Amino acid sequence: MTSSPDGPVVIVGGGHNGLVCATYLAMAGRKVQILEARQSVGGGASTTGFASGYQVSGLAHILHSLNPKVCKDLKLESAGLKRGEAINTIALDRRGRHLTLGINEVVGAGLAERDIRAYSTFKREFRGYAKALEPLMMNKPPRLKNMDRKDKFTLARLGWGLRFGLGTDSMREFLRVGGINIYDVLNEVFENPLLKGAIAVDAVLGQHMGPRTPGTVLTYLHRLWGETQGSQSLPPGGMGQVAGALAEAATQAGVTIRTGAKVQRILLTGGRASGVLLESGEQIDAAVVISNADAKTTFLTLVGTPELDAMFAHRIHTTRTRGNVAKLHLALRALPIVAGLSAQQLGHRLLIAPDLRYVEHAFNHAKYGEYSEQPVLEITVPSIADPSLAPPGHHVMSVSISFAPYDLKGGWDQQHSIFADRVIALIDQYAPGLASQVVAHELLTPVDIEAQYHIAGGHWHHGELTIDQSFMMRPIHGVAQYDTPIAGLYLCGAAAHPGGGITGVPGHNAARRILAMGDA
Amino acid sequence: MASQQQLAGHDFHEVLKASPFHARVEEQSLVKNWMSWNGYQTARVYDTLASEYFAIRSSCSVMDLTPMEKYRISGPDALTFLNRLVVRDISALKPHRVTYVAWCNDEGKVLDDGTIFHLEPGTYRLCSQHHQLDWLLISSLGMNVLIEEETHEVAALAVQGPTACSVLTAAGFDTLSQLKPFGITHTLLNGFEVMISRTGYTGDLGYELWVAPANALALWDAVFGVKQRGLYDVRCIGLGALEMVRIEAGFIMPGDDFNTAETTVRAGHDRSPFEIGLGWLVDFDKPHFTGKQALLKEHGQPIKRRLLKLAVEGNKAPADSFLYDGKRGRRIGTIKSHTWSPILKATLAMADIEYRNGVVPAQIWAEIYYQKELEWRATWARCTISKAPFWAHPRRSATPPQRC
Repeated sequence: MTSSPDGPVVIVGGGHNGLVCATYLAMAGRKVQILEARQSVGGGASTTGFASGYQVSGLAHILHSLNPKVCKDLKLESAGLKRGEAINTIALDRRGRHLTLGINEVVGAGLAERDIRAYSTFKREFRGYAKALEPLMMNKPPRLKNMDRKDKFTLARLGWGLRFGLGTDSMREFLRVGGINIYDVLNEVFENPLLKGAIAVDAVLGQHMGPRTPGTVLTYLHRLWGETQGSQSLPPGGMGQVAGALAEAATQAGVTIRTGAKVQRILLTGGRASGVLLESGEQIDAAVVISNADAKTTFLTLVGTPELDAMFAHRIHTTRTRGNVAKLHLALRALPIVAGLSAQQLGHRLLIAPDLRYVEHAFNHAKYGEYSEQPVLEITVPSIADPSLAPPGHHVMSVSISFAPYDLKGGWDQQHSIFADRVIALIDQYAPGLASQVVAHELLTPVDIEAQYHIAGGHWHHGELTIDQSFMMRPIHGVAQYDTPIAGLYLCGAAAHPGGGITGVPGHNAARRILAMGDA
Repeated sequence: MASQQQLAGHDFHEVLKASPFHARVEEQSLVKNWMSWNGYQTARVYDTLASEYFAIRSSCSVMDLTPMEKYRISGPDALTFLNRLVVRDISALKPHRVTYVAWCNDEGKVLDDGTIFHLEPGTYRLCSQHHQLDWLLISSLGMNVLIEEETHEVAALAVQGPTACSVLTAAGFDTLSQLKPFGITHTLLNGFEVMISRTGYTGDLGYELWVAPANALALWDAVFGVKQRGLYDVRCIGLGALEMVRIEAGFIMPGDDFNTAETTVRAGHDRSPFEIGLGWLVDFDKPHFTGKQALLKEHGQPIKRRLLKLAVEGNKAPADSFLYDGKRGRRIGTIKSHTWSPILKATLAMADIEYRNGVVPAQIWAEIYYQKELEWRATWARCTISKAPFWAHPRRSATPPQRC
């Protein structure tokens, strides 16, 4: 039983991948409706007012990997997308000897010539590895059993890229480092502790991983793959502006967007997805249902375990989706002062991760259900580039905090404000006086993120991006090609390959797959 | 919400567990021929195989059934849980009724078979051949159901044979004559509660009696009291005699007649319900159940193999025999279990047979190796497929059962 290609399509969740998927399908002539539970679309790409007059990117706060093909196909520029100025990463040092990490070069006081050269070589080499994975990223991950022609082609391109794109020496090195941890690799290559700490952050950000965790080279490559797609920036108006452009492109393509429409169930008829039931009681029929929600929410909550095979439900249930990053928003009455940084430099991506052991120790706590005593921080002050985010003269600061486990021992209720104060005190050590500049603050723990953004476990990436949950095993093997055991039901979000980040790639790949299957 | 009972303090010096009937079982066992059944010390034979076999077929047999795996399933989603677990539609199973079921993994391969007892509205007992707690807990995800393993908390006796009803009536159970096959009744005996189901594994008239372990010996003594009073013969039987009658009755034994999916390592060595003759249980019209999609897919294709009931010509035991599509023909299968049936005077077997292009082989021949005074010989025996059970006596289903 297949549906007619002109039957209505419903997308559960208007996150950025839902918007991308919807637009591609609408451009191919399908009738698509997006149902979003929140009052605005964008999901993790949102702008939120957390205190009167102060606005900030709600979840994701740096645009660093929005896919160029998606931008071009969807004409996002003409839909109003503004990326903002390219920014660098600045690793903060308590004594003011900060390092500025660009795409290819690193500068800063006290850097040995050897490290400066090593950085360029390292970035070029590793970006090459990340690029070699490109065929895997932009296609449905190939099945290893029962491959179709497209799967074989993807694998062939991947193999070709690794062997001939990289060359013998690079490929040998790639195979050596691919499965090991970033801690060992960075210690082989660099001397400067601050430099190593800063790079390690990119390998563990958003994951339940420390630099010594096996597989952190792979997560670093995933992050670097984003870098091959363009530079990082703080979009004016916050990430909600990006979502706005995506929504505009969707609307222009003919997609209907409904907000405040929370889907309660995905309805099945004869084992096939046939529509959705909203919390309001309204029922919407559809020929195809596409879920932008995470896999646990999609299958265990919206479809329900009685409609699934037992082991399938169990495997979805046991995927690792416990978030580990908290988000702190600060309203500040003045621009903070960091010794050795100009006001302009404060507008870049600032990291507090003084060395590898610091990052590893921060993670140690998370292993035992504790938050980091000395967390790793990723800080942005978006109001420097876009003063409209705060009242005149005031500023907003957005901080991603690692690690803050979802299942904190004793629960978050008791420790919520203690943790916020601790993080503010930590930033205050680098920006003296900051604590007294705070007008208002908002802390989102993974539990809050789960509740506000409807992501099981509050995990940024809808699940760990470890090798056992990546590629042809994302979210689990057997459903890694966007279609699911339920006919007419598809995944299009970060739970699907290639995972999280504001990339639009899962949405892009899902749309191609659905059209190729002739279902929508 | 699923709950798992705490395992009671287990004595790891205890090699085999003693059942609540053990004092009597030990006393009755003349040959001390023990084996393990789910970790319990169980008699293979008490006296002689022949006398035990004929107790089942001609008088009244008693077997300690306690080691059978038992799970109590309750809670608001109990029915949803069970109906999604098994391939059969059990939504119409009324309270105080029992039904035979099988269940599969996602790939539609059989994990085990067993029976579901609808004990009281919304509360069920699942009996299985093998330990299933893990699978039950996995299957309970997202459902409001309580799963309690009660293998050790319920003692059970199987009382089977033509005079089973008469014996139990003489023992003081006076409500049995109206109990229909697969029915459940509750009664009091000398002040303690006994649940009786008209169920069994012999293909004959028979009952299974369920009590709290504390009352096990009193139940045993009440049944054997009938023999002591000189009214009817009652004999203990071991698993050896049970194996003979279950093959006669055409009942399959998971783990012996086919590899259960959970224990299968090699691809293709597990079996679907269609392949082991349980296709009649599979209901595609009921709500989703585990393995449904895989079974639907398989159902549309020619069947690859079947577990068949074979009558083997002659009296030579076809132990582990290869089967061929003709004398010295192409090999098409193997014997899984077999017995000499004293009452039918025939060699009976369960056999796994390959169906080429979904077609049953026109002929089946067994190559049998046998000994004569330590000298090995080989012979060929023609096999005949039996669709019906070899042994099916009308008194098995007659209500009230005929008095004898």
